[in-house]
Amino acid sequence: MPTHDYVPHAPGYVDNEGPKIVTSRFVHEDSHTLERYEATGGYEGLRRALDRTPADVHTEVRDAVVLGRGGAGFPAGVKWGFMPPGKFPYYLVVNGDESEPGTYKDRLLMERDPHQLIEGCLITCYALGLTQCFLYVRGEMAHAQEVIAQALNDAYAKGYVGKNIMGTEFSVDITLTWGAGAYIVGEETALIESLEGNRGMPRLKPPFFPAAIGLYGQPTIVNNVETLSNLPWLMLNGADQYKAYGSEASPGSRMVAVSGHVNRPGVYEIEQGVTTFRDLFYGDNFCRGIRDGHELKMFVPGGGSAPWFFPEQVDLPLEGRTVGGEGSMLGSGAIMVMDDTTDAVKAALRLVRFYARESCGKCTPCREGTTWEERILQRILDGEGRPSDIDKLLDIADNISPGPYPVAADPSQGLDAVPFPPKQTTICPLGPSSVAPITSTIRRFRHEYEAKITKRDSIPVSAAPVTAEVMS
Amino acid sequence: MPETYFTGENLAIAEEIISRYPVKKSALIPLLHLAQEQDGWVTDDAMRHIAELTDTTPAEVKGTGSFYEMFKFHPVGKYMINVCTNLSCQLLGGEELLEHAENVLGIKAGGTTDDGMFTIEDVECIAACTEAPCLQVNYRYRLRLTTDDLDQLIDDIRNGRTTDIPEHGTLGVVRQHIPAGQGAGIVPPEQANERPVWLARNDAAETSEGAV
Repeated sequence: MPTHDYVPHAPGYVDNEGPKIVTSRFVHEDSHTLERYEATGGYEGLRRALDRTPADVHTEVRDAVVLGRGGAGFPAGVKWGFMPPGKFPYYLVVNGDESEPGTYKDRLLMERDPHQLIEGCLITCYALGLTQCFLYVRGEMAHAQEVIAQALNDAYAKGYVGKNIMGTEFSVDITLTWGAGAYIVGEETALIESLEGNRGMPRLKPPFFPAAIGLYGQPTIVNNVETLSNLPWLMLNGADQYKAYGSEASPGSRMVAVSGHVNRPGVYEIEQGVTTFRDLFYGDNFCRGIRDGHELKMFVPGGGSAPWFFPEQVDLPLEGRTVGGEGSMLGSGAIMVMDDTTDAVKAALRLVRFYARESCGKCTPCREGTTWEERILQRILDGEGRPSDIDKLLDIADNISPGPYPVAADPSQGLDAVPFPPKQTTICPLGPSSVAPITSTIRRFRHEYEAKITKRDSIPVSAAPVTAEVMS
Repeated sequence: MPETYFTGENLAIAEEIISRYPVKKSALIPLLHLAQEQDGWVTDDAMRHIAELTDTTPAEVKGTGSFYEMFKFHPVGKYMINVCTNLSCQLLGGEELLEHAENVLGIKAGGTTDDGMFTIEDVECIAACTEAPCLQVNYRYRLRLTTDDLDQLIDDIRNGRTTDIPEHGTLGVVRQHIPAGQGAGIVPPEQANERPVWLARNDAAETSEGAV
């Protein structure tokens, strides 16, 4: 029975009513041990998979429509199909570099149920003929690293990983590896660069996605921790049962972290495409309302890179396609809630500053643009803003992401939504992500910007020449 | 002259780490962490030895290492206090917590106390957003902190009362170990280009379906 409350040994996780596909063991204090895992159906999914042909296992995953939980929401079974036949070896890289602002789920999965993740890796390797798996954990997550190291040591000792797994001809090695503090390494091609011992800068794609040319130039599948953690349950229960949860386009459950100004912030496993933002923010089963009786002002629906939503959007279900059509994304399941006490410019600046700090420097529009955005927002906040600054911010944004940027509808102004994703002049989406907080807040709270600017500034627009000196 | 930065146990650990990758250079980041574990920061000697161990040059090692925020190329405090100020924490007092830490320790973010005990950093999201405001000390979490909690924490560290926080540089205290004879065999990609044997199960299935 769910406890309906926080679980002390898994800080942040709320054991609420709902599907338990990936968090079923979190209530146990020893959920990270092999003993508990085996006692609760652990490695049975792998055993079932090994009784079937690899192609059959792949079909099961494709039929279940297991959507990627890292950000893009691409179906894993389809991604798996992109590898060119016969170009061995194939590799699996697990993306455990969780660092999108507001995102907090993969760390819990790694710390609380490492064997579930390992089993998911093994099922993937079996299905596709991958001979080595690299489990890349974010550098700052020291505890997750040691929990996974222990789990791998135990799994090797019991013959679940390594040579002739469970007495069959299936053999695969899993290498624990870890980063050293760089958000961009969460992008799959940057992750591969990092794993090759290089600076974590994204590779140009298309034409070559990692499934075709990845680690060491070989076909490589890169999947998120939560995506792979779904597979043991799927192998045990089948695609039909998996699809009994969620909506048709987004089956199953997903983990979301709701942070900010709610009464019970937490990590929840919810039903995809069914639970709405309203349920999540106000429901007794979830966050139980905005703090201290305040009103909701705005929220970020899918991690720092997602365009912002406002009270009109709270009745949308958490479903990738729906949220995308309404001008944002579900991304990595990170929802940040801001009440009516929040300064929109200050909040936007904080996220923009993140992108300015984390830009890898490869593409000019992002490297230069994010820094410009940060400086201009900072001076507006400091009461040093110039009347031309709002247009300048939008112009810089347009250089990074040309054309109308994805944005939510604003019925009060008769404005429609612009669907996700944005266009980009950069290799990866980091630069365009920095635009989201800017366009979202300027369109909705332009008056807040103007109030800060007119406070001090009296320079007319025409008297503010666009020169290098203006930027300094 | 062979490099001698890593010796004894750490050299054995370095060699074991390298053996887990098909290409030596892939061990570069873990080895930089090992160097930081040995000295608290990454020295030039360490980078020279890592280059030798991974068939790269010291410039390549520094080139990679300098991209990543966790690597320090100068001495830092024994205890690195990383306060998150990203949005979720900012909304609930992360910036005030950082300011308090700066005032208490008399240094600005990025600085180190004169006694070499503490360094403070203003960091990006550390994936504990529902537990804001939060921080890490040498990458060990402290959640939902008040300024009083922070005072207590600093006092505990100064007086050796924090048992779960190793000195700066040490990450996971458990290491992966693949027992001899139990690995599937990690070799360079060009030596692993044969079709994995278990995929033959697909052929049998196709044949039998064809027969039906």
